[in-house]
Amino acid sequence: MAAPLVTSIADGQRLVIAAACRQARALGIAPGQPLAQAQAMVKGLDIRPADPLGDEALVARIADHAARRWTPLAAADLPDGLWLDITGAAHLLGGEARLAAAMQRRLARAGLTTRIAIADCYGAAHGLARWGKDAVAIVPSGEQAQAVASLPVAALRIGAEIEERLTRLGIERIGELLAMPRAPLARRFGMTLVARLDQATGRAAEPVAALVPSEIPAAHRRFAEPIASAEAIAHAIVGLCNALVLRLTEAGLGARRLRLAVERIDGTVQPLILGMARATRDARHLRRLLDARIETIDPGFGIDALVLSAIAAEPLAATQIGSDDAPDLAPLVDRLAGRLGPAALWRSAAVESDVPERAVRRLPALAAPRGGDPWPAHWPRPIRLLDPPEPASAVIALLPDGAPARFTWRRRIHRVVCADGPERIHGEWWKRSTEQSAVRDYFRVEDDAGARFWLYRRGDGVDEATGDLAWFVHGVFA
Amino acid sequence: MLADSLQPGTALADLRRRLSLLERDGRAGRRARLTFDITAIDRQLDAGLLIPALHEASGATPSAGDEAAATAFIAGLAARLGSAPVLWAGRQRDLHAPGIAQLGLHPDRLIRVDASRDEDVLAAMEEALRHGGLSAVIGEIARAGMTATRRLQLAAEARSVTALLLRRHRAAAGAPFAEPSAAHSRWTLAALPSAPLAVDGVGRPRWRLTLVRQRGGEGDAWIVEGCDATGRIALAADAIDRTDRPRIAGRRAA
Repeated sequence: MAAPLVTSIADGQRLVIAAACRQARALGIAPGQPLAQAQAMVKGLDIRPADPLGDEALVARIADHAARRWTPLAAADLPDGLWLDITGAAHLLGGEARLAAAMQRRLARAGLTTRIAIADCYGAAHGLARWGKDAVAIVPSGEQAQAVASLPVAALRIGAEIEERLTRLGIERIGELLAMPRAPLARRFGMTLVARLDQATGRAAEPVAALVPSEIPAAHRRFAEPIASAEAIAHAIVGLCNALVLRLTEAGLGARRLRLAVERIDGTVQPLILGMARATRDARHLRRLLDARIETIDPGFGIDALVLSAIAAEPLAATQIGSDDAPDLAPLVDRLAGRLGPAALWRSAAVESDVPERAVRRLPALAAPRGGDPWPAHWPRPIRLLDPPEPASAVIALLPDGAPARFTWRRRIHRVVCADGPERIHGEWWKRSTEQSAVRDYFRVEDDAGARFWLYRRGDGVDEATGDLAWFVHGVFA
Repeated sequence: MLADSLQPGTALADLRRRLSLLERDGRAGRRARLTFDITAIDRQLDAGLLIPALHEASGATPSAGDEAAATAFIAGLAARLGSAPVLWAGRQRDLHAPGIAQLGLHPDRLIRVDASRDEDVLAAMEEALRHGGLSAVIGEIARAGMTATRRLQLAAEARSVTALLLRRHRAAAGAPFAEPSAAHSRWTLAALPSAPLAVDGVGRPRWRLTLVRQRGGEGDAWIVEGCDATGRIALAADAIDRTDRPRIAGRRAA
């Protein structure tokens, strides 16, 4: 059972709850509550910082998706909603109920819980989606006044101040407001309330600025005769790449991920997806990446059409990348990643850990340089690290801190001539409870042949809890 | 015309001229060399290690100490070869970045490529050499035949990038330098006991560096001290003494 999840946000000097999951709300935690109070109420809350900008970006992305998929008129209703004008669009997806169900399914796959209301006007839909009983509410045409009558006045978007004054007068539902004469209402509470009432019942129009959906840059090619040979596909790819690069240049974008949809005459579509280490619109580079993958295409009885789209694109200014002196490495990284897989290319980065096997982390090959001195330079580190460390047997060493005088490793006896150490490395007890008292004593030794090894003994040689005094070879020095 | 070129003297002269054109490339960058700043080694190599070429190094024996010395020799060369990134392709995963960093090759400059087959290592190396934007391309490999090394040598020449092959010992593959290779030079390294220090501790590593073979030159062997923090090797102190002693003695006698 996961801990109840809440997000926190600063409100002046204190932290308050920004949002709470269903489980947390069931325990009595509500947005707006001080965080300290919530912590006192429920033990073991999973608290994360709220990310309003990230939320807005997500809503904008969903709006963009909706504008492409469900209706051409969509807009983000920040902070947490979407406006969709589905006039004339619902029947394309089998009616309003099926459209709503399709939206719910699609967003549920993305891990989002949705509430949907469909009504003649935005005001009614807005209130019903947030305050109504059902997750999907469809109001028959012309009946929005009845539909919103039972909603609380907060559903009117009138602001906390007017809400409070209404509550003080004992007016809680929209229906009670609708029953009242309009003139005194306007005089007492201002035009806002009346305008919002009209918008909720559909008597006043409400303009919404629909966003312009972003288009996925794509290039299509349909063939008069189905093609099947690798040469023909390669030839078509040249044209597609050039056309796509033209689109990308117009839009000022660079492709991060490409999708080549291979449509065969039997109606199946074979997608081919490739990623780039850096946004690019270099037609030759794209063509080479695609050429390397032609052999994975199964043409079947023939290919009808090819569609090349940049499914992930980033703004890319018209700058010159690389010069003759320092050519850009991204094309090389892409080509090698295409051959060996993206995980095969990497760079090392330092991790703040004294435990040698945890001191290195993998970064993408083109990650921004870290600079500086990544690891402390005063302790020599081996050039080859054995992972896992290999046991050394027949070790002769003085306790508690003598270097080994001889040891056997990989069935060979090594007589130690000189040694440095010990370098004591403690287990990371603050991260792992199993390393509570673990200690390793590292020695750098040179044997009579001049080979240098990094050996360690588990335990400090005094306290048994620190280790069992077993010896290991952990690395080889040059 | 035909009769002219058939005359033995002119035909030979013409061939010689054409060969010399093939051998000597116009661009100065193709002759660039990396010096060791050790007179004996640089002189033997004709002013240093040829940069646009393939060089191979291997441990003198399959022992871990010798192989580590060869690894450090290669890493030190790569660290000194320029400021552009270095690509290191191999099948083994035991290369330790903190140890490499202590030889002057910063992890920001070291792009690692994990391959599962020798062919992939060679292909990745060739691709990287042909790209031209790196200061060195390193491959760790057990077997590489004449064809493979010839391809690498040509790619290195074409883009003026150094290719370095670290030949690992593997029981099934036989001795690393048993098969012929198109490499410009071949080196073996053997770990030697370091010079004893006045106090307890381990001194600077000492290697026997053997130039097994070089194109257009003779081999030789030196006793050197291992790479420092900038990747440089140095002639072992007592080896310097040995070469100098007779001369000094002679001067004194005079």
